[in-house]
Amino acid sequence: MIIQLFKKSPLSFKIGFFISIAYVIAALLSFIWTPYDVMAINLEKRFIAPGIGHIFGTDHFGRDILSMIMVGARNAIAVSLVAVGIGMIIGVPLGLWSAATRSTGGRVIDEILMRGNDLVFAFPSLLMAIMITAVFGPGAMNAIIAIGIFNIPVFARMSRGGALGLWEKEYIMAARVAGKGKAKISYEHILPNIMNLLIVQATIQFSIAIIAEASLSYVGLGTQPPNPSLGRMLFEAQTMIFFAPWLALVPGLAIVMLVLGLNLMGDGLRDILDPKLRRKEPDGVEAKQNVSS
Amino acid sequence: MSLLNVQNLSLSIFDAEILRNINLRIESGQIVAVVGESGSGKSMTSNAIMQLLPEGTKSDGSIWLNDYQDLLKITEAEMCEVRKTKIGMIFQEPTKALNPLESMGAQVIEAIKLTEPGLTRIQYKEKAEIVLHRVGLENSRFPLSTYPHKLSGGQRQRVVIAIAISQKPKLLIADEPTTALDVTTQAKIMSLLKDLILQDNMGMLLISHDLGVVTDVADHIIIMKSGEIVEEGPTAHFFNDIKHEYTKALFAAAMQKGADKFVADYDEAVLEVKNLKKSYKLSGGETLKVVNNVSFKIKRGENLGLVGESGCGKSTLSRCILGVEPFSSGEILIKNKSFTGQKELRKHINIVFQDPYGSFNPRHKVARLVAEPFYALSNSLSKSEINEKVKDMLKHVGLSASDMDKYPHEFSGGQRQRIAIARALITEPSVVLLDEATSALDVLIREQILELLEKLSDMLGISYLFISHDLSTVRNITDRILVMKDGIIVEEGATAEIYENPQHPYTKALLDAAPDITKTVSKLKA
Amino acid sequence: MISFLLKRLFSLILTLFVATIIIFILIEVVPGDPAAFMMGLSTNTDAADALRAELGLNLSAWDRYFNWISGMLVGDFGISYTYRIPVSELVLDRLTVSLPLTIYALILSTIIAIPVGVISASKRGSFSDTFLMGTAQIGVAIPNFWFAILLVLLFSTTLQWFSAVGFVGWEAGFFPVLKSLTLPAISLALPQAAILSRVMRSSVLEVMDEDYIRTARAKGLTKRQALIRHGLRNAMIPVLTILGLQFSFLLAGGIIIESIFSLPGLGRLVFQAIAQRDLIVVKSIVTLLVLAVVMITFLVDLAYAWVDPRLRERGER
Repeated sequence: MIIQLFKKSPLSFKIGFFISIAYVIAALLSFIWTPYDVMAINLEKRFIAPGIGHIFGTDHFGRDILSMIMVGARNAIAVSLVAVGIGMIIGVPLGLWSAATRSTGGRVIDEILMRGNDLVFAFPSLLMAIMITAVFGPGAMNAIIAIGIFNIPVFARMSRGGALGLWEKEYIMAARVAGKGKAKISYEHILPNIMNLLIVQATIQFSIAIIAEASLSYVGLGTQPPNPSLGRMLFEAQTMIFFAPWLALVPGLAIVMLVLGLNLMGDGLRDILDPKLRRKEPDGVEAKQNVSS
Repeated sequence: MSLLNVQNLSLSIFDAEILRNINLRIESGQIVAVVGESGSGKSMTSNAIMQLLPEGTKSDGSIWLNDYQDLLKITEAEMCEVRKTKIGMIFQEPTKALNPLESMGAQVIEAIKLTEPGLTRIQYKEKAEIVLHRVGLENSRFPLSTYPHKLSGGQRQRVVIAIAISQKPKLLIADEPTTALDVTTQAKIMSLLKDLILQDNMGMLLISHDLGVVTDVADHIIIMKSGEIVEEGPTAHFFNDIKHEYTKALFAAAMQKGADKFVADYDEAVLEVKNLKKSYKLSGGETLKVVNNVSFKIKRGENLGLVGESGCGKSTLSRCILGVEPFSSGEILIKNKSFTGQKELRKHINIVFQDPYGSFNPRHKVARLVAEPFYALSNSLSKSEINEKVKDMLKHVGLSASDMDKYPHEFSGGQRQRIAIARALITEPSVVLLDEATSALDVLIREQILELLEKLSDMLGISYLFISHDLSTVRNITDRILVMKDGIIVEEGATAEIYENPQHPYTKALLDAAPDITKTVSKLKA
Repeated sequence: MISFLLKRLFSLILTLFVATIIIFILIEVVPGDPAAFMMGLSTNTDAADALRAELGLNLSAWDRYFNWISGMLVGDFGISYTYRIPVSELVLDRLTVSLPLTIYALILSTIIAIPVGVISASKRGSFSDTFLMGTAQIGVAIPNFWFAILLVLLFSTTLQWFSAVGFVGWEAGFFPVLKSLTLPAISLALPQAAILSRVMRSSVLEVMDEDYIRTARAKGLTKRQALIRHGLRNAMIPVLTILGLQFSFLLAGGIIIESIFSLPGLGRLVFQAIAQRDLIVVKSIVTLLVLAVVMITFLVDLAYAWVDPRLRERGER
C-alpha cells in the first residue's frame, strides 16, 4: 500500500524524498567511511580546486570538502533531529492538554499555556540561542537546547489547534458519554487524527532547524571545531572567498539541497495526507459545488 | 416566449456525470421549485444557469435566456452582463455569503453601481436604503454602515436578497434560501420572496430539499434524483396523481402524520430531571441562564420530544443529561438514582447524533467503535464476551457480523446511523437521546431507521428522547413533547394535544411557521 | 475595540515583564558571579571587587532586578563595561543602522511577496505559477547568511560595481545610506519573501473558495474584480500574522547579516559584547529586541482591528 501511495505521489515529493534519503545515507555512511580523514591536516594539499581526487576540493588545512560535508551533514541532522524531537515530546502533550481542558470547560490552564507560548515567541529565536550559548558556552548540546525550546510552542500550537477542531466532533462526545477521560480521549482519538499534521510540521521544522544549526555554527556557537559543521565551513570560507570560492559555494549548496529536499518532502506529504484533498466521500460532488471559478 | 428555457442540459465534472437531460422552463411571475436531496444535482442546475461551475466541468444542451441568448455559448464578459442585470442569486448559507469586512450598505451599493453606474454617492445611498427597506431592514434600525456580524442569520439572508433584487433581475435563483434558518425565520423569508416575485414580476427558480417548504409558494414542482428529473407538474395538479416511488416518499416525509404510534405502557420513570439550572458568567458580570429550572420525566418505553430553535438551551440540557457538562444546580435521576456520571449509571444512558459522518473516529474499526461504551464497565466482561455482544447488536440493527472488521468510511450514511444506534444500545441503556438523529438522512432511509428504533424499543424497553429544532419532525414519533425557549420549558403535553390545541404563543408561532403540506394540498384539491 | 486592545496590551506588558525576569535570571543569576564571569581569566580580585561594587552585586538579586527595571523605565540602561559609556547611547547609535535595515528588508519582502502570491494564486496550475512557486521553494531553502556571502562575492569581486561592505553613515545623506543597506536588505528579505509569497498564495486560494466571492460573482463582478474587491483584504488577515513574526525574525537575522557586510549595527555590538563578556550590553540589547517584538505584535493587533470590523466590536479573536 505504501508503495502504491508513493507511485501516486507528486513528482516534487519523490524528488524531495530521494534527496533526503541520499543525505541520510551519506550521513550514516560517514560513521564508518569517508573518502578522507576529516581531522587530518595536510597543508601540502590545501586549496585544491574541485576535480578528480577531491571532487569538491580541499580547504585551507588540506581537508577534503566532500568528507567534511558528509560529517557536517551528520552533525546538522543529529542536532536538528534531537531539537525537533524535544519540541514534539514536550509541545504535543502540552497542546493536547490545553485543548482538552478548554474543550471540557476549563480555561485557566489553556490561558497559561498560551501566554507561555506568546512569551517564547517574544524572544527572537536566533537572539535567544545566541544568549543561551553566550552564558552556557558554545557547543552542540546548547545549540540543541536553544533550537529545541523554540520548537515547543510550534508543536503546542499546532496540536492545540488541530485538537480543538476534533473536540467538536461527535465521536469525541460519544467517547465522553462512554466515560472516557481527557487523557484517554487525547491519546486514543485525538493524537492519531492529528498525526498527519504533526508529521508534515515535523518535516518543515526539521528543515528550519537545519538552517538554525547552520546559523549558530556560522557565528561559532554551534558544533565546535575541529568537528566539521556546514555553518562553520561557510564562516571560514568567507575570508578566502576571493581565491577559493568553492569553499563557500559547496557547503552552502549542501545546506540548500538538504533543506529543499526536506521541504519538498513535507509539501508532498501534506498533499498525500491531507484528507481534504484525498476525500472521496459520496458527498464529494456537493463539496465541489461550492467551488466558484 | 420563456424567461428561461433549459433544454437537454447534461453536465459532468472530470468525467463524473452530474446532470442528465434536464429540461425546465420558467415564465415571468412564475415560481418553479426543484426538489431533491443532497447529491441529486439540483444545486448544480442552478450553478450551471449562473455559469458558476467548478473547473473541469463539461456541459451539453442549451440554457436559453429570453429565447435569444444561450448561456452555454456566450463569452464570460457577456455572462458578467447577464449576472449584473438579468439574473440574481440567493444562497443557502447567509452567514458566509457576505464579505465580513465590508458593511452591508457597501455590499448593496456595489451591486447597484454595477447595473447603474454614474450616479452620485447620495443617490446610491438612497437606492440602497430603499432596497433594504423592501426586504424589511429599515434604515432607522439597520443603517447602511451595519456590518454583517451584527445581523442574525435571517437578517443576513435579507441583505443577500437585497443585493440580488437591487439589480432588478428578471430571474431570481434561490438555492435552499431558508435551510440554514430557524423555522419561524424560514416562513418570513419565504413569504418575503413570494411578495417580491409578485411585485416585480420576476421568475424564480427555487431549490430545496423539502417538499413542504416549496409547495406553499411554487407554481410548478420538479423532483430530481441522481441528476435526473423523475417527476414534474404544476403544483395545482401535482399531488392528485403522484407516480414515482421517490416522490411518494418525499411527500410522506413532508406530511405531518398523526401521533399515537408508540404507546408508553409503564409507569416507572427511568429519567427524571429536577430543577436543572446551568448558567455562564459573561464578561460584563452578567450571568447567562442557558438552562433555567427545567424539570421533566421520561417513563419506561416512552418517546419524548424536546423541541426548540437553535440557542434555546436544548443542546446544553442534553450535555448535562449525558454527564459531560457540569450543571449549576438541580438533580438528574436515572432509575431513581442520582446521576453522577459514575460507571454503573453511565450504562443507562447514551446518544445517537445527527451527522453519520462525524460520529465515528475514522481510524477505528466497527468492532472497536461499537464496543466503546463498555469502557465504563470494563471489568465485568471479557473481550470475547464483548465481541459476541457486538456481533448480536450488529445483527439487530440490520448489519452483519462481518462488518465488524470494516472502517466507517466503507458504509453509507444510513448504514452508519445503524452503527451509531448499535453503539448507543450495546449496553442496553434505559434512555437514548436522539439528537436530530434522522435529519441528515434521505427520506427513504429515514423511514427504515425510525422503524428500526421502534422495533428495538419494543424489544429492549428503551425510552427515547428526541431532540429537534422542528416540531413537525417529531410529531409522528413521540408520545409527549416539551417545547423549550430561552432555557425554559414553555409548554409540555401529549403530542396530539400540542398539535391541536397549543397553549403557549411560542408553540403557536412554531406550528404556524412550519410548512404544512397537508393544508396546502387540501386547499389545492378543494 | 478598546476592550480588545486593552486586553492585548495588558497581556503583552505581562509578557514583557516575564521576559525581563527570564533575561535577568539567565544573565545575572545563572552564571553565579557575573563579575568573575565578565573579568574572564583575570585573577585580579581588586578589579573584580570594584566591578562587583559598580554592578551592585552586594545587593540581593531582587534589589538588583528592581534597580535594573526602574533604571530602564527612565532610559538608564547602565554603563557599558568595555566601552565605558552609557549603554543607551551606544544602543541608540547602533539602532540608526539596524532599524532602517530591518524596515527596508520588511518592505522589500512585502512588495515582492504579495504580488507574487496573488499572481501565482490567480493563475493556479499555469507555467508562471509553477515557476514562481518553484523559485519560492528554493528561496525558502537558502540560508540568508549564505545568500549574503554570495552577493558579496558577486557584486564586489565579479561585477565590481561597488564596494559591497561597510556603512557610509547618515551624515553622507539618505541615498548613500540606502545604497549601503541595499545588499544586506536584499539578502535578509529574499528568503522571507519566499515564505511570505507561499503564505499569500494559499491564503488567496482559500479566500477564493469562500461563499462571499460567489455572491460577488453573482452580482456580475469578473473573477479578477471579485478577487481585488473582496478577496485581497480577507486574504491579508493571515498574512499580517506572518509579517509580524517576520519582523522579529529580520531583526534577529540582521545580527548575522550585519557582521558579513561590516555594518555597525546592533548585531556587531552584541557579538562584540559577548566576546568581551560585557553582560550589561547583552542584557540591554536582548531586552530591547524583546520590547520591539512585543510592540510589533501589538501593532499587528491594531492592524487586525483596523481590517476586521468583527474585532473592532468584540473582545475576542
